[in-house]
Amino acid sequence: MRVLMFGWEFPPHIAGGLGTACEGIVKGLAYNGVETLFVMPSASGDEDQSATTIINASDVAVDVVSETVESFLDKVKFVHIGTNMVPYADPEEFARLVDEDRQRQVKDFSISYGQKYKFSGKYGANLLEEVARYAMVGGTIALQHKDEFDLIHAHDWLTYYAGIAAKELTGKPLVIHVHATSFDRGTEDMIDSRVFAIEKRGMLLADRVVTVSDLTRNIVINKYGIDPSKVVTVHNAVDFSGRENLSVERGVKEKTVTFLGRITFQKGPEYFIEAAAKVLKRTKNVRFVMAGSGDMMNRAIRQAARLGITDRFHFTGFLRGADVQKMFALSDVYIMPSVSEPFGISPLEAMRTGVPSIISKQSGAAEVLRYAFKVDFWDVDAMADDIYALLHYPALAAFSARQGFDEVNALKWNGATAKLKAVYESLLNQ
Amino acid sequence: MAKKSVCMYFQVHQPTRLRLYRFFDMGKDSHYYDDFANRTILRRVAQKCYLPMNALLLEQIRLSGGKFRVAFSLSGSVLEQFERYAPEVIDSFRALAETGCVEFLGETYYHSLASMASPSEFLHQVVKHRRQVEELFRVTPTVFRNTELIYSNAIGEQVYALGYKTMLTEGARHIMGWRSPNFVYSSETCPKLRLLLRNYTLSDDIAFRFSDRGWGDWPLTADKFLGWMKESAATDDIINLFMDYETFGEHQDAASGIFDFMRALPGTVIGDGTFEFVTPSQAVKKHKPVGSLDVPDAISWADEERDVTAWLGNELQQEAFNKVYAMTEKLSIVNDAALWADFGHLQESDHLYYMCTKFFSDGEVHKYFNPYDTPYEAFINYMNVLSDFQIRLDEARAALDVRETAEKEEAAPVEKAPVKKRAVRKKAAK
Repeated sequence: MRVLMFGWEFPPHIAGGLGTACEGIVKGLAYNGVETLFVMPSASGDEDQSATTIINASDVAVDVVSETVESFLDKVKFVHIGTNMVPYADPEEFARLVDEDRQRQVKDFSISYGQKYKFSGKYGANLLEEVARYAMVGGTIALQHKDEFDLIHAHDWLTYYAGIAAKELTGKPLVIHVHATSFDRGTEDMIDSRVFAIEKRGMLLADRVVTVSDLTRNIVINKYGIDPSKVVTVHNAVDFSGRENLSVERGVKEKTVTFLGRITFQKGPEYFIEAAAKVLKRTKNVRFVMAGSGDMMNRAIRQAARLGITDRFHFTGFLRGADVQKMFALSDVYIMPSVSEPFGISPLEAMRTGVPSIISKQSGAAEVLRYAFKVDFWDVDAMADDIYALLHYPALAAFSARQGFDEVNALKWNGATAKLKAVYESLLNQ
Repeated sequence: MAKKSVCMYFQVHQPTRLRLYRFFDMGKDSHYYDDFANRTILRRVAQKCYLPMNALLLEQIRLSGGKFRVAFSLSGSVLEQFERYAPEVIDSFRALAETGCVEFLGETYYHSLASMASPSEFLHQVVKHRRQVEELFRVTPTVFRNTELIYSNAIGEQVYALGYKTMLTEGARHIMGWRSPNFVYSSETCPKLRLLLRNYTLSDDIAFRFSDRGWGDWPLTADKFLGWMKESAATDDIINLFMDYETFGEHQDAASGIFDFMRALPGTVIGDGTFEFVTPSQAVKKHKPVGSLDVPDAISWADEERDVTAWLGNELQQEAFNKVYAMTEKLSIVNDAALWADFGHLQESDHLYYMCTKFFSDGEVHKYFNPYDTPYEAFINYMNVLSDFQIRLDEARAALDVRETAEKEEAAPVEKAPVKKRAVRKKAAK
């Protein structure tokens, strides 16, 4: 079985967790006997290609192999991301505008025809333009490799258009993989409607929608209105091969409770601070660390200062590379109080380091981790209770550290991708 | 008719800037200072300001036959830096001291806000500073200038109790109301304490506006300035020109003509004959107080508000301030010279100033003096340092307990346990 896969990033150069997950997936699929062609906007050449073949979209010129320009454009025309909102236009006027738009697109296309486009592959200001161009190039790649794959798999909204273009041009089934939704990035009433539209379109046109947790599956069904019968959960896993746990020398005597991640609304930083203040009322023999940065950081600092706990509550700013491992190694308790977390890989990292973890029930990871402590993100009393217990009852901490370590080591991509393979098979056998 | 007076006082201070101090350094590395920046900045300012301006003042005092007089206040922090990085600057101040025309004022050794936090710490720093000035310049300060001219009734009382009969402060509009700053006043609650008030308009004409080409009165000349002085003091006694010494050559650079202005001013004023130069202690001998000032809430010379919100205006600053001064008692029990020195440097008001979030009218001034990009970074760095300091303090305290218990056991045969001897703070501890 062969899969044409559209991603946005791939280790070693990654900005988020998406690249890491994609690497785990292609390796797991290879283990399960599924070949992948992995397309990404901007490859650096130092990616590990032992389990997949990487196609760098920046190296591919937009080209039409077996289609006319008109039919190609007809099939990928949705990629044009302009504003469709034309207020107060009468029907004739509107028809004229649509026609103009179409001509402009043909013109644009003739300009870019035969040209390569240098993608940044980042998450910059012209992201939507890159997404549209990625669809054009993605369509081209699909046509060029038409005979080399059986179905298409696209990871997250950035690649949905590319996946749709590939499907339209080749007629092969499309699986889209939802690692996060707009509702995990914004608040309920403050989501990016352009991204939402792309997501919804991808979900509607896909033959199967794979979600990283049941939590996300529910969002896809309820918030995007997608038919439940085509939405399947495949929980994330994590690849710890070649990972040695660091041994670090501690500078502080006290036990350390750590939050590590972006300091944004979705991650629930304020609940952690509240819980820390509650614990500090009972015991001074503890330090709290908020590692990371984000748009809520300054607010978090002010909150901690207001509560008068900053001699025991520390901020590290954004951590890079080895400092992340170091921070886990320095921790006694890890906490992820996310308000909304499609999956959340960081508690797995913590548990792998032997650190007991407290995670919110509003995270996908809570569905698979039996030995993590689970609380509602808003329940700071329960959070404080668990922190206090893990700090003061060594038997509890030792038990959950040991069980947690074994548990996360068992969460392998080989198992997760076997489920994915079953999804592929169900499509091909239809 | 007796001549009117003009009193010039210059503040000399440099903070002991902190290095980037991370969470990971806590408990491991207790060197807190950015020696490179401190040395570089001090040597630069010495070359641009302290050395040339001291030479200029010496020359003018000699030319005037002793009629030109000024006053200085040098913080202990800057004197330490001079000794370490530019001892020739101390020599040049010594040469000024030997003319007898230069008065040295008392202040807190560490340019701190101790006057608002801890009477014992305030006393300690004032005495420490007095000894240092005596040792370096062979004079004993009799006039007091608190950090940033911070003054209130309560502070005045403390200062008077320490033996100072005169204090300098700001002629803050909201305190003065219709009254002119160009007189000597007394304290409402401590009637024997004399107050000299900064004429902020004329002081800032030199300190802030001198090189501003957008200013309607640019360029400023000695004759023009004398005219303003006469106008301002038409029916008054004294004009107090108080400013940072770094005005000359650093804030206003040499190319602005600030040195030429200061070379011309003494001769112009003396030649005209309306004013004579006095030092603060001469001023209070010469002029009787015309009224008393009631200052229940602290005032200072900073920002538009002329209050203490530049250092204690937000929750971050208040938190840092409370946390550092909460250590005072434990420190006097431990009484360790190295801890005293770090404790002092951590009290420098500049550290709190960097955490100021008033970005509007005075933001530019704050930015100019600030080594941090944001007040939040300043706060995090400071609190990380303070946490390490707290660890050292707690360890020293624990060690002391162990020692005392051992002593007690040694003395066990004696029926009555020896009275616990609390070490008395060594006053000259550095």
